[in-house]
Amino acid sequence: MRDVGLSVELCGVRLRTPFVLAAGVLGTTAALLERVARRGAGAVTAKSCSVRPRRGHPNPTVLPWEGGLINAVGLANPGAAAMVAILADTRRRLAPLGVPLIASVFAEEAGGFGEVVRILEEAEPDFYEVNISCPNVAEELGLPFAADPVQAARATAAVRAATRRPVIVKLSPNVADICAVGRAVVDAGADALAAINTLGPGMLIDIRARTPVLANRVGGLSGPAVRPVAVRCVYDLSRAVAVPIIGMGGVTTGEDAVEMIMAGATAVGVGSAFYQRGMGVLEAMAAEIRAFMQEQGFGCVSEMRGLAHGA
Amino acid sequence: MAPSPHRAGRVVRVEPAGHRGVTIVSDIRLSARPGQFVMLWVPRADEKPFSLVADNPLTLAVVPVGPVTGRLQQLQPGDPLYVRGPLGRGFSLDGQRPLLVAGGSGAAPLAFLASRLAAAGREVTVALGARSAGELLLVERYQAAAARLWITTEDGSAGERGLVVSVAERLLANGGCDRVYACGPVPMLERVAALCREYGVPGEASYEAYMRCGIGVCGSCDRGDGLLVCRDGPVFDL
Ligand SMILES: Cc1cc2nc3c(=O)[nH]c(=O)nc-3n(C[C@H](O)[C@H](O)[C@H](O)COP(=O)(O)OP(=O)(O)OC[C@H]3O[C@@H](n4cnc5c(N)ncnc54)[C@H](O)[C@@H]3O)c2cc1C
Ligand SMILES: Cc1cc2nc3c(=O)[nH]c(=O)nc-3n(C[C@H](O)[C@H](O)[C@H](O)COP(=O)(O)O)c2cc1C
Ligand code: FES
Repeated sequence: MRDVGLSVELCGVRLRTPFVLAAGVLGTTAALLERVARRGAGAVTAKSCSVRPRRGHPNPTVLPWEGGLINAVGLANPGAAAMVAILADTRRRLAPLGVPLIASVFAEEAGGFGEVVRILEEAEPDFYEVNISCPNVAEELGLPFAADPVQAARATAAVRAATRRPVIVKLSPNVADICAVGRAVVDAGADALAAINTLGPGMLIDIRARTPVLANRVGGLSGPAVRPVAVRCVYDLSRAVAVPIIGMGGVTTGEDAVEMIMAGATAVGVGSAFYQRGMGVLEAMAAEIRAFMQEQGFGCVSEMRGLAHGA
Repeated sequence: MAPSPHRAGRVVRVEPAGHRGVTIVSDIRLSARPGQFVMLWVPRADEKPFSLVADNPLTLAVVPVGPVTGRLQQLQPGDPLYVRGPLGRGFSLDGQRPLLVAGGSGAAPLAFLASRLAAAGREVTVALGARSAGELLLVERYQAAAARLWITTEDGSAGERGLVVSVAERLLANGGCDRVYACGPVPMLERVAALCREYGVPGEASYEAYMRCGIGVCGSCDRGDGLLVCRDGPVFDL
């Protein structure tokens, strides 16, 4: 049997596996990021961070439902200064593992994105991911930047001006034309795209308590229910832009990851699947993707990229 | 699955737990392991973790320390209750001659364990400690389940004056215990862990950490070493 390689290249950086820990899932501490890296991640993303600390929304903030998860964590984070220490510690722990670190940033207004990145530069993350797409803070911050190509491009440009490291921009599925946003951020300097952030927002109502269950009332959907939306977004984006895409949204098995790669993704983000399958999820997915590649005669992951687009 | 992830039920009985806390007995029937916990939702307010004192019917012991635990003191029979769980990894039931070491509100999960172990025919020894008599919880439940119950308070207002770990050390030195189960403040757990190593007895302890999701995704409850208290724990091997 032919040996199959799982490594991929993202913006010139080698990832041991195509699996990227999605932002906001388990990325709060250096010890957790290291643990996920040791358990099969090709790259890990730290929790999205703003200049100032945020407490986030009251609980319940994350709930399981039959299609996956719904969350309104509300971008709780310790602020950029504290994040510098977490990222620097994480980098030291990841160096011997050869797993790159992605720092995720967000800001209340487009110009603010540059400010966070300038603070985080000290920690020397391998990539920045620009979170312009969180749907859970609309009441406080208004529509996400990702809702408008012009705003999305301004946020991207602010980050581009603040760093020479590769910049990933994370897009929202909750727009009429995701490709227009994708093209705008690539024109503004994005080196890669991540898609999708959570879908919605949605709502769960407890019919006995007669009230929405999330304290924020609404939250973003993730997990298996959103996968077809995510696959469509990645498929469309890969035709619209030339930069690599980290495809995510509901990917739970190795075969789901193959689907995302065939849609055009270079790497695959995994978040909610840690709920369904626990800490061993990426190792299990690696075994599943290998089995598929052996069955179908693929030698490396990049051979599968974009195959769903036909000849 | 119902539209909401919470199980709904009602409060059946509220009993005092120490001078300030309450034991809440509900009509919710769960099947859980001692050491597991639930996320208790107070609609339009908050959702917080609580250990099970019993699973069937679901029973909690709540000490007031802030807004949610304060509100729970006001519960009356008939009031609605909403819980998500049972969650997390509980205690093993491997102790044939178990020693339970409970400090403060750590009494809650170990009361469940004591009754489960007693029901399985094990001879249960308990060292139950608190700062003062008024902070001792669930004494009657321990009296019912334990073959031997040692009570300590730091101010000597009930039982022996001193720390519960001192009693645990004495009991371990006497021999006859094959597994230690502990719950309480972290410094206490560290001393129990040291005793387990010293006497070569395996131990398990239930930890607390700030929780949001309770299901291993949000990363709020890192114990400090990358282990998640909500999912890898709350019970860890010492
Ligand atoms: C696994 C586990 C089991 C627990 N079992 C019990 C129990 O059986 N009985 C009991 O009385 N208490 C228990 N607690 C503690 C209980 O969750 C807190 O007392 C409660 O959340 C306080 O909420 P509050 O609004 O009253 O106070 P707050 O003012 O919000 O907080 C007071 C203190 O409670 C703790 N706390 C607050 N929020 C949380 C949270 N989301 N997660 C964890 N700790 C928090 C912190 O130490 C905080 O300083 C348990 C905690 C955990 C993690
Ligand atoms: C609990 C939770 C918190 C999240 N926090 C963030 C965040 O801080 N920043 C961000 O860009 N995306 C965040 N996301 C979105 C995920 O990174 C991902 O885009 C989305 O969940 C879809 O992938 P999944 O189905 O694999 O989870 C969060 C998702 C969840 C479930
Ligand atoms: S409380 Fe969310 S991971 Fe433990």
